[in-house]
Amino acid sequence: MSSQTLNTQHAHAEEHEHHHDAESTKIFGFWIYLMTDCILFATIFATYAVLSTSFAGGPTGKDIFELDYVLGETFLLLFSSITYGMAMIAQHKGNKQGVLKWLAVTFLFGLGFIVMEVNEFYHLIHEGFGPDRSGFLSAFFTLVGTHGLHVTCGLIWMAVMMAQVASKGLTTTNNTRLMCLSLFWHFLDIVWICVFTVVYLMGVL
Amino acid sequence: MSHGHVDHSGASHGSVKTYVIGFILSVILTVIPFALVMYPTLAPGVILISILALAVVQIIVHLVYFLHMNSSSEQRWNVMAFIFTILIIAIVVIGSLWIMFHLNHNMMRH
Repeated sequence: MSSQTLNTQHAHAEEHEHHHDAESTKIFGFWIYLMTDCILFATIFATYAVLSTSFAGGPTGKDIFELDYVLGETFLLLFSSITYGMAMIAQHKGNKQGVLKWLAVTFLFGLGFIVMEVNEFYHLIHEGFGPDRSGFLSAFFTLVGTHGLHVTCGLIWMAVMMAQVASKGLTTTNNTRLMCLSLFWHFLDIVWICVFTVVYLMGVL
Repeated sequence: MSHGHVDHSGASHGSVKTYVIGFILSVILTVIPFALVMYPTLAPGVILISILALAVVQIIVHLVYFLHMNSSSEQRWNVMAFIFTILIIAIVVIGSLWIMFHLNHNMMRH
């Protein structure tokens, strides 16, 4: 009887170890994906840098960028980063309601960012400064649009995670997914630092 | 360089303190470059170098305080992959700019 219990415990411990290994491999795999995403963004940044003075008689960065608006967008992303951090702290404490609450707050900040960006794009295209106007604007829409698309995917993922945490709780699988989304979300904030520096600030300078 | 608890997955969890420190540093490192460009008092060359330097510092702040990157052994492969990526990015970006500006220069009518 006692040896059986021991065996069961041993098997359980092994299973646990196996689980742990699989989870950390998943997170490392996701990190590798993020690194490849970095290279994708690097190629788009290089394209933008090459085309950044190809105005074709169209508007320059100085004419179309409103820095106070971009500062607002930047702060929305920054707030969403710290609120996601709070969600991860709640997750670490096993506080399901806390995770759901902070994810919802993060989602709203992210959504605010996307709404502001779509609004900016809408006004530019409406004024005739769409991606077809000049090489500079093509590169601008590609770069900023790709970042926006990533944030949108992050928002969809976050909505799915809220539903999964709400229905299944903080399971091992969900915790790993939350960790991956955390890496993704903070990574997008880093890309945005490059965007506001290279595109907006250097464009107006 | 201890930033919160590190588990075996190579991913560490921050504390409220590290997130708040990271956030405050990020706010400062965001407001300064915007202020430099919106209310220019320095020479454009100086502003350019300043905003690029501040961006690099802010990226490091994000990596340390939000992505919890550190020099622990659990993180070795994450950091290795990251350094390799930086190398590729440098080749792609600097290489593209180098080639394209020389191309523009050589294609100009003299």
